[in-house]
Amino acid sequence: MGITSKPVVFAVLSAVVILIGTIVTVFVPLFMPSTQPVSTFVKPYTAVEQEGRDIYMREGCNNCHTQTVRPLRTEVLRYGEYSKAEEFAYDRPFLWGSRRTGPDLNRIGGKYPDSWHYKHMQSPQGMFEKSNMPPYGWLAKNRLDTTYSYKKTSILGYGYSKNDVRQQISQYKETVTNIAYPSKESRDQVTPQELRKELTEMDAIIAYLQKLGRDVKKLEATK
Amino acid sequence: MSGTSPEKYNFTIVRGFAFSALFWLIIGLIVGLWIAFEMFNPALNLTPWLSFGRLRVVHTNGLGLGFGLAGIFATSYYILQRLTRVPLPFPRLAQAHLYLFNTVIALGALSLFAGMNTTKEYAELEWPLDIGVVVLWVMFAVNVFGTLIKRRENQMYVSLWYIIAMTVTIAILYIVNNLEIPVTLFKSYTIYAGVNDANVEWWYGHNIVGFIFTVPILAMFYYFLPKSTGLPIYSHRLSIVSFWALIFAYLWTGAHHLMLTPLPEWIQTVAIAFSIFLIAPSWGSVVNGYYTLRGNWDQMRTNYLAKFFILGITFYGLQTLQGPLQGLRTLNAFFHYTDWVIGHVHMGTMGWVTMIISASFYYMIPRITETELYSIKLANTHFWLILVGQLTWTITMWVAGIQQGAMWKATNPDGSLMYNFLDTLTSLYPYYRLRFAAGVIYFFGILVFAWNLIMTVRQKPQPNEA
Repeated sequence: MGITSKPVVFAVLSAVVILIGTIVTVFVPLFMPSTQPVSTFVKPYTAVEQEGRDIYMREGCNNCHTQTVRPLRTEVLRYGEYSKAEEFAYDRPFLWGSRRTGPDLNRIGGKYPDSWHYKHMQSPQGMFEKSNMPPYGWLAKNRLDTTYSYKKTSILGYGYSKNDVRQQISQYKETVTNIAYPSKESRDQVTPQELRKELTEMDAIIAYLQKLGRDVKKLEATK
Repeated sequence: MSGTSPEKYNFTIVRGFAFSALFWLIIGLIVGLWIAFEMFNPALNLTPWLSFGRLRVVHTNGLGLGFGLAGIFATSYYILQRLTRVPLPFPRLAQAHLYLFNTVIALGALSLFAGMNTTKEYAELEWPLDIGVVVLWVMFAVNVFGTLIKRRENQMYVSLWYIIAMTVTIAILYIVNNLEIPVTLFKSYTIYAGVNDANVEWWYGHNIVGFIFTVPILAMFYYFLPKSTGLPIYSHRLSIVSFWALIFAYLWTGAHHLMLTPLPEWIQTVAIAFSIFLIAPSWGSVVNGYYTLRGNWDQMRTNYLAKFFILGITFYGLQTLQGPLQGLRTLNAFFHYTDWVIGHVHMGTMGWVTMIISASFYYMIPRITETELYSIKLANTHFWLILVGQLTWTITMWVAGIQQGAMWKATNPDGSLMYNFLDTLTSLYPYYRLRFAAGVIYFFGILVFAWNLIMTVRQKPQPNEA
């Protein structure tokens, strides 16, 4: 074949050959409605939940936890309703994961009270002796940095104003620092004295976990 | 060889990348051993930056991008000059490429330790480092095409096709998947959302593995196997068919990583079909390798390099059978998300990739330093240690995967689940201990490899060879 003596032609031809499958299975679907369905039930993350999501990413939680329940009988039994495309409309990036060293988290929201998460994050082994999850108590020792919260939500296109973001943050702070907060005792146990009146990284990641799968429950309820 | 004197070729760069590869290999394996231990003893999660979630990406990036790419650059610069019979046109650019490469990998490791992680698998580096990767890739490409255009050999041999395909494809994959909007210097968000992000990511994730751990390794295989054995490749025609079929089909198959997820079903099904098809071109290279040795199988005893290449291509063959089978929906429903897949990946990396890169270095390093390999006996020790280590490692993980898959699915007569999640995890700890031990054996093999090469280059040159 003549092209084995024409490197540039060879490179162009290689590019064409690899782009065929790419265009059909990746580029075209980018613009198809089936890959970007929307649902009025699925709401974007609040600024605090998004900060929590960023901490989830920073700590690489996706290396051990998936966020997609497959339509299999035992899987639905174990985790709940299988995952739908529209749930992930605001997920940039997606966090479906590829290995379940720990359980799937797509339906974790509302499954346990916040207090369960404070205790569990502080010491997974305290709750489940043989668990191999790393302890994350130190997240409660870090005050939540909200410097870029507005910038983040605006890049992600959530449509919040600066004021919305400020309000979401102060509202959540009010919730978790309130004496009436149902998980106050466990929060106080893991949060150092000087941060109890502040939002910590632990508060944010728990807010995020509690959001997972909640919208879809409303969606299912209407069916 | 060709009669051209080796002085004209730039081998400093080959040596630089080869030893960079060794360095990142050892670092990546130490991290690997650390996280393998964390899997059954979480007390090793001593600090935030030593926690599993952060370390796992240091392991995959350190070995995939650090060791893998450095090995590819080293052998590509060697193969390119040899097969075109011209020295690198831009040696200083290549030198800068080496420095930039090691800087990017080092900063990459540090940034991942620090938790700057985009979470897209094998594309975890944040945007400033992505730019670094693209720049170093362009630097490499300039020398690839510069050498090819100035070549003194009319026909380009198979290995060069694979190098061209890799150079073009990785550029496209890396740029498309890493399109992101920066928030700060250390944080960005991808431009794709949800299902589309998953589809783009696994198109990338599958093919970056293909075009780092398959395509350039085949370039090495097609060049160094005939060189090491003195036997011509069995069929040129088979290598042509295999090449085009492989690079065509590969790009359709990413979605087999997303079986039974919300990704549109037709994309999954197309991926299954092309995955099955891929067995043919993959085995085209396997058969070509085996038949090259026909009538000369005694080399498996007499030539230590033949062992590496033939076992390497055998693991490639097994890998490319196992991969498509795992992609089938029914089997995928059982195996996906278990340790089975971890076993699968490591047969490819610890078996195929490392065996071929090892043998290529054993062939190349003594020639560029004009000396003999320090010790063939040590090379054999290295071979057996990594073979036993890898087999124990992967088989252990397959068994663990089958067990966990079965436990996840097990139900009581009344239809309720038989095991809670924690039971399915803790039952794997014995396997995790064994896997760690296998990793230690493998690691010792790699230390022998490194020692052997270091001692080789420390010897006094003995010209007149080659």
